[in-house]
Amino acid sequence: MTPRATFPHKFLPYLLVAPQLAITLVFFYWPASQAVRQSLFREDPFGLRSTFVGLANFKHVLSQPNYINSLEVTVIFSVSTALISMAAALLLAVMAEKVIIGRGFYRTLMIWPYAVAPAIAGMLWLFMFNPSFGSLAYPLRWLGIDWDPLLDSKQAMVLLIAAASWKQVSYNFLFFVAGLQSIPKSLLEAASIDGAGETRRFWTITFPLLAPTSFFLLVVNTVYALFDTFGIIDAVTGGGPGRATETLVYKVYKDGFVNLILGDSAAESVILMAIVIGLTAIQFRYIERKVHYG
Amino acid sequence: MKFRTLLAAATALSIMVPAIAEAKTQITWWHAMTGANGEVVNKITKDFNDSQSDYEVVPVFKGTYPETLNAGIAAFRAGQAPDIIQVFDVGTGVMMNSEGAIKPVADVLTDAGFKFDKSQYIPGVVAYYSKPDGTMLSFPYNSSSPILYYNKDIFKKAGLDVNTPPKTWDEVWADAKKIKSSGAAECGYTSTWLTWIHLENFAAWNDVPYGTNQNGLAGNDVKLEINAPIYVNHFQAIADLAKDGTFKYGGRTSEAKQIFLAGTCGILTESSGGIGDIVKSGMNFGVGTLPYDSTAKNAPQNTIPGGASLWVFAGKSDAEYKGVAAFFNYLSKTDVQVYLHETSGYIPITLAAYEAAKKSGFYEKNPGRETPILEMTGKQPTDNSKGVRLVNLPQVRDIENEEFEKMLAGKQDAKQALDNAVERGNASIQQAIGR
Repeated sequence: MTPRATFPHKFLPYLLVAPQLAITLVFFYWPASQAVRQSLFREDPFGLRSTFVGLANFKHVLSQPNYINSLEVTVIFSVSTALISMAAALLLAVMAEKVIIGRGFYRTLMIWPYAVAPAIAGMLWLFMFNPSFGSLAYPLRWLGIDWDPLLDSKQAMVLLIAAASWKQVSYNFLFFVAGLQSIPKSLLEAASIDGAGETRRFWTITFPLLAPTSFFLLVVNTVYALFDTFGIIDAVTGGGPGRATETLVYKVYKDGFVNLILGDSAAESVILMAIVIGLTAIQFRYIERKVHYG
Repeated sequence: MKFRTLLAAATALSIMVPAIAEAKTQITWWHAMTGANGEVVNKITKDFNDSQSDYEVVPVFKGTYPETLNAGIAAFRAGQAPDIIQVFDVGTGVMMNSEGAIKPVADVLTDAGFKFDKSQYIPGVVAYYSKPDGTMLSFPYNSSSPILYYNKDIFKKAGLDVNTPPKTWDEVWADAKKIKSSGAAECGYTSTWLTWIHLENFAAWNDVPYGTNQNGLAGNDVKLEINAPIYVNHFQAIADLAKDGTFKYGGRTSEAKQIFLAGTCGILTESSGGIGDIVKSGMNFGVGTLPYDSTAKNAPQNTIPGGASLWVFAGKSDAEYKGVAAFFNYLSKTDVQVYLHETSGYIPITLAAYEAAKKSGFYEKNPGRETPILEMTGKQPTDNSKGVRLVNLPQVRDIENEEFEKMLAGKQDAKQALDNAVERGNASIQQAIGR
């Protein structure tokens, strides 16, 4: 028989989780159920006429070539953003560990961009790289690059990924620095005595021991790239040129709030919700198994 | 002691507040005006409130045009709609298609006992905001029209006559090429709002149809006709100029103004409402009418207004409607219109205000300010030039912009771009009207 912890109170535990439950109910379940309901109706913007259409909105959304395009854009954008921001942060964190004088100063500078709101980060990058008034657009052109993200879809995507990654590097940096500090120095010293070089020490000791941090960051960054980058996209490209940078989240906004097709927009957000739930479940089920929590 | 004072103050307040509210009927007005134009809103509402004691108009800034419209829609659905909402030109179709949600301005005015004489208003503006039977649905607040701006210094450098702006598109292309080839500037021509200027106004100004059903004014079911040869030739010319940078693309809305202000391009087509920024920049600039297509028989016809109008929500009390009517009546007054016109740069909506501004010598001192009015009042509007009204105009504009961007990037020619825009645009219109 396994020992079981018992609590004398019957209601107290429920009372203690009640605030959290209430918040989840109000801010997640209620809006989510509204979205599901809305996705089954076709309605005019003012809600004067509403017709039940079953799954017709889903059928319509999924049959659009634009939606498939949006899906591709999201995959390219999210994977690149998550990988680049994590890799850059890891490199910077390892380098910052080596700095002896002014370590705190460097760290503060590294964490700084996290305090910048996404829309402002977007504007910042726009001001640097706008082809007509960007301060860094001139040197680029001088280098012989035909810089025009307003019309060149690849350049627009690169600009967006750079802006979104830059914004997230600080957050990842913070966690990697914390992760690095929890690695016992004795292990690294023992490896050095055995003759392991810096690269080898990193890949055989530091990197595996950072796995829990990396896994956590992978989940957080995926969610960030999928949802929190809306402000950056809106400020930098607005989904253009064409639809080259229109991610799923941006399409939900465009269809719902600009084009006022509420049914399609709701159907899109329900699909998006399913994708995120699925993705998180996969991450926890398969990737977490390979993570050692020490 | 302190608590008691507070309590007394609270009680006093709770007695006083309803007393104030009862005395005056509050009229809420949600708007999207920022900067100098926002101050104009505050000033005219304050002047109106001071001019009488029955009503109090409360202006509330709600963000950008789309944000204001969305806030209004959300508020209506929650039963909390304001009395008046400012809706931008492209939102007009959405509002008109929602008859249960709005009360026509013509009814608001006549119900309150004001006589509404349409002939007093500038025809092009009123036609745009009216039903096919002529009932005015919304009150034009700020209207503008596209005009041509050119940099006189660049013109001089290129050896062009600084006093003759190009009149037709062919002349624009020729001047632009000369600016580029002479090295006077990096690029010859740029334009803001390609959809509004080069499609919607291009159609009206050249008197060619944008779509069936009088461009949507006579009915919702519209088939786009923007892939007719005249459009294809026009856009192919732009696409060809874009290849060597003689035409430079700025973006979907008013971004191109920055390229012109930076002195990168010599010629710009932009809203007349954008004149303020150009004046402020201190540039030595000139203004011309919007160019027309020399192959179009009736060109130039008239342009159609951009900007925004005021809509009145349905389901309000009679007292509130009376207040709204009084306020609109106040807004139509000549001195108020002259003030609005001269400070904000928008077009006056009454003929009397236009005459008054003319008499005061305003246009001699401020060249270019009369151009949009002349463009809009030159001829009686035809079926092609009353405006474009689609239930989902924002969405159709998006589709058009997407195809233009692909064209300008060299991925397709003008014929392909416009054919695609028509096909995709028609499909989206059919979906929006529920077929």
